[in-house]
Amino acid sequence: MKAKLEEIKKKALESIEASESLDKLNDVRVNILGKKGELTAVLKSMKDVAPEDRPKVGQMVNEVRVEIETFLENAKKKMEQAALEARLAAEEIDVTLPAKKLPRGHRHPNTTVLEEVENIFIGLGYEVVEGPEVEKDYYNFEALNIPADHPAKDEQDTFYITGDILLRTQTSSTQVHEMEKGKLPIRMIAPGRVFRSDEVDATHSPSFHQIEGLVIDKNITFADLKGTLAVFAKELFGEDTKVKFRPHHFPFTEPSAEVDVSCFKCGGKGCRFCKGSGWIEILGCGMVHPHVLEMSGIDPNEYSGFAFGVGLERITLLKYEIDDMRLLYENDERFLKQF
Amino acid sequence: MNTALSWIKAYVPELECTDQEYCDAMTLSGTKVEGFEKLDKNLDKIVVGEILKIERHPDADKLIVCQVNIGSEVIQIVTGAPNVKEGDKVPVVLDGGKVAGGHDGGPLPEDGIKIKAGKLRGVPSNGMMCSIEELGSTREMYPAAPENGIYILPADTEVGIDAVELLGLRDTVFEYEITSNRVDCYSVLGIAREAAATFRKPFVPPIVEIKENDEKIEDYVSVEVLDQDLCSRYCARVCTNIKIGPSPEWMQRRLAKSGIRPINNLVDITNYVMEEYGQPMHAFDLDTIAGHKIIVKRAKDGDTFVTLDGQERKLDSEVLMICDAEKEVGIAGIMGGENSMITDNVKTVLFEAATFQGVNIRKSAKRIGLRTDASGKFEKGLDPRNAEAAINRACQLIQELGCGDVVSGMIDVKTEFKPLVVLPFEPKRINALLGTDISEEEMLAIFKMAEIEYNAETNMLTVPSFRQDVLGVADLAEEVARFYGYDKIPTSLPGGESTAGKLPFKLIVEAKAREIAEANGFSQGMCYSFESPKVFDKLLLPEDSELRNTVTISNPLGEDFSVMRTISLNGMLTSLATNYNRRNKDVKLYELANIYLPKQLPLTELPDERMQFTLGFYGDGDFFTMKGVVEQFLANVGLNKKVEYDPKNKKTFLHPGRQADMIYDGVKIGYLGEVHPIVCDNYDLATKAYVAVIDMPYVVERASFDHKYEGVSKFPAVTRDISMTVPKTVLVGDIEKVITQRGGKILESVNLFDVYEGSQIKEGFKSVAYSISFRAKDRNLEEADITGAMKKILNGLEQLGAELRK
Repeated sequence: MKAKLEEIKKKALESIEASESLDKLNDVRVNILGKKGELTAVLKSMKDVAPEDRPKVGQMVNEVRVEIETFLENAKKKMEQAALEARLAAEEIDVTLPAKKLPRGHRHPNTTVLEEVENIFIGLGYEVVEGPEVEKDYYNFEALNIPADHPAKDEQDTFYITGDILLRTQTSSTQVHEMEKGKLPIRMIAPGRVFRSDEVDATHSPSFHQIEGLVIDKNITFADLKGTLAVFAKELFGEDTKVKFRPHHFPFTEPSAEVDVSCFKCGGKGCRFCKGSGWIEILGCGMVHPHVLEMSGIDPNEYSGFAFGVGLERITLLKYEIDDMRLLYENDERFLKQF
Repeated sequence: MNTALSWIKAYVPELECTDQEYCDAMTLSGTKVEGFEKLDKNLDKIVVGEILKIERHPDADKLIVCQVNIGSEVIQIVTGAPNVKEGDKVPVVLDGGKVAGGHDGGPLPEDGIKIKAGKLRGVPSNGMMCSIEELGSTREMYPAAPENGIYILPADTEVGIDAVELLGLRDTVFEYEITSNRVDCYSVLGIAREAAATFRKPFVPPIVEIKENDEKIEDYVSVEVLDQDLCSRYCARVCTNIKIGPSPEWMQRRLAKSGIRPINNLVDITNYVMEEYGQPMHAFDLDTIAGHKIIVKRAKDGDTFVTLDGQERKLDSEVLMICDAEKEVGIAGIMGGENSMITDNVKTVLFEAATFQGVNIRKSAKRIGLRTDASGKFEKGLDPRNAEAAINRACQLIQELGCGDVVSGMIDVKTEFKPLVVLPFEPKRINALLGTDISEEEMLAIFKMAEIEYNAETNMLTVPSFRQDVLGVADLAEEVARFYGYDKIPTSLPGGESTAGKLPFKLIVEAKAREIAEANGFSQGMCYSFESPKVFDKLLLPEDSELRNTVTISNPLGEDFSVMRTISLNGMLTSLATNYNRRNKDVKLYELANIYLPKQLPLTELPDERMQFTLGFYGDGDFFTMKGVVEQFLANVGLNKKVEYDPKNKKTFLHPGRQADMIYDGVKIGYLGEVHPIVCDNYDLATKAYVAVIDMPYVVERASFDHKYEGVSKFPAVTRDISMTVPKTVLVGDIEKVITQRGGKILESVNLFDVYEGSQIKEGFKSVAYSISFRAKDRNLEEADITGAMKKILNGLEQLGAELRK
């Protein structure tokens, strides 16, 4: 019996060794271990074995079976491994072939900058608001302390629709709408389109964007204005950005200032972007003029506030080193795709 | 405004600083320096020399050889200049020195021109004699300089001294940007006062004293102001025995550095006083003034007048004129007349220093089309007190410069001055506004420098008349802040009640639109809000189209920018065409911007500004690509109901068979389609293009970002495929509507997988095939459920004229 089992085992191992494919291996399995297989036949013949020998013989048959199965399994794994390796080798690609272009449009650089600015101020607790682009004279001028015949009205080169309706020249008009709502305190920024009658060239456009800021509350100080804009500049241009406030004049703020930031291209050493000065002018600001507060129904003895206005295109052009403003409105996809 | 630093220093004698320090400090205290130019930056080693001997050059007819004494030695210089003679004193640049420009007066090179000893036609030359152009200036500014020649210095000039200093070129000219509220700073004295306060040095204005003769002005002239609303003050003085000649060099130099050409003593004095005091003046030849009488009154409509530049000007009844007893002699505040012009033969001069109403001058100058230095100053609204100071200063200069005698007295016709502004001194409030802790003493010291007078007894501050901008506590705070230093004010963040920062819902929906457009390959463009009314023709809009009712700009930059757009497509098509004509392939663009629809015309209230989400592309894709993007957007902002596409409302600018209105919930929210080939042609777009326009206000009204979990069914779906033929005229949308309506609650999805026309399908019909899925949330579907639902669907389809294909 033992000899027979050894015989079966030897034959099985030899056939496995000789198998070249998974199918052949399977044949071997069926021939030896299958229902009609040789080893199964041995088991079937157990009834002929003396009952006291059966456990021993059974154990022997089982040992042979396990041995063959293990051998089979190993052979199969080896074969599968080889097949996989062959497939992978066949599937090798030239990874330097060009990438497939997935559709993805590009945001206008103005929008990207605007979103950065909005996020900074939203983080500081400001609400983003909008106002009309076609506006009443009152909101664009008079309520901002620019009465009829004020020279500033000439300076701004306004597009008029009628004597009383115009295209807003500044987002500051939104300040007035917001103050008139009568809800205090106010912390808002108002981005939007503004219009001035400038001929189109590399640095001028009759239509551009501003971002207005307004804070009104009790005890708002010029120091708060300085602090807020310093945070803004650092967030937008980098942690090392320095901010310089220069006295200036706007009819709707007093005291007023123009704000320079240390050049974010050269760090203040002087380069072509800052025209060698190390500073770049980015915005105008000031404490809301008491008369402006009064006109919108806010008591300047109780409340104070600050306002600022940033030219969006100016920052976009500087930030991305765009040398011609016209590119922003031409919508050439080769331009837009760079952002 | 341009002024030499030396002129400022004349009134702030203790001022000592470098050019850069001055520039920075003045800018930080509010007098912004735009730039400065060091006049001697390229002038080096230039001394006064005396020509001792001139000989002919042995080998060149046009050259001469000069022996020049430069104090320390005598050097030989070869020159081609025709105008020098022995004994002349001239500026000489020595070997290794530098001059600013060439003798031809062309543009000055950035780094100047180096001068080295060398040989000219074989004869050694150890320096160069200089023309005014080589010194960086012009004959206009140095009238004493000869044409094409060496600048000859006065005979008594000391030899060997610094010629640059002698010619007043050791100086720096600063250019200031004066803000419109600081009328007082459009003058040298105004800037000097600021400089004194900035550097905390004493301000020493000129002391004006006049020795008058014993004649009386009343015997010379009388003045009558008929329109005092436009002329709040008219000061007149008379000078006799006028001797016209050049003004002294110091005056010529100061004017030249301010960019004003010296002419003669009389003209220079009026210009000088205008620069110094900021008060324009006018000088009349009194002998040309009929009746020796000045009348100030408005012109009449249709009058004309010849100004001293020889031009005839049209006048109207709002232009203020200076007249004599018979005729007009000048346009008030703008320009004098040819008929009363000063000539070299003038004997007696009538000086005018007046205060004209600023707005009127500004508007008149604009209407007449003549803006002068004088009108530029008047239009800012001058201080009437300054007129008297200026006219007296002019008379003082006439006398001191030996230009004439001053007749005693001044004619002064004026309305009552505005009272001086008096404000309480509130240091606490000022500190509260600035967020500072500046002491009272410091504040008062600043006010003193600004000439704002403090009365300790009343605790009141009196603002000087020239500071028309200081009207309230905020203005006082600014004075304190700018002289204390904006940079010294601390930084803090607003305290108080905290507020939530946020975007309004509308902007959130717009952000979603950008996200979806970009995810589908569309890039964001930006177009102008105004365009040409011709675009309506380009878009083939009918004559009576409502879109032709525009908000129209009354003063546009030109017709191309004259109407506010009522439709966003022109911008999109123009942008697509730009790309197409630059050979950019497969371009997809979107825009989010307003259109402007008037509620009535002419406009009496603000128009309706409607945000439009406009998409456009050419190249890869078709109508259904666009439809996919639009549906993706709507689904992403919570418009989950089925959008209906209505092809019936034909838009002229779209392909008649490839367009549809988008209907949501019964409301038209936009449209999409292929651009009409003629319209493409009109835009030079030689390709098919597709556009979609979504009217965002409708979307924003219906949008929602709320989501509720609905449960995912654990039970399997059952799918049935059906194929049918229908008349061509039946829209797939109608078929889907039937299936959706009749499928019942268990209908999960309907997917079109084939539409076919052609052979095997009879003429006028098309084959349509759907895969319909059913699923219940709570149970396995039974065959009866499916057959029941399918039967209802098939019945409905038969009513549409569909024949089921087996």
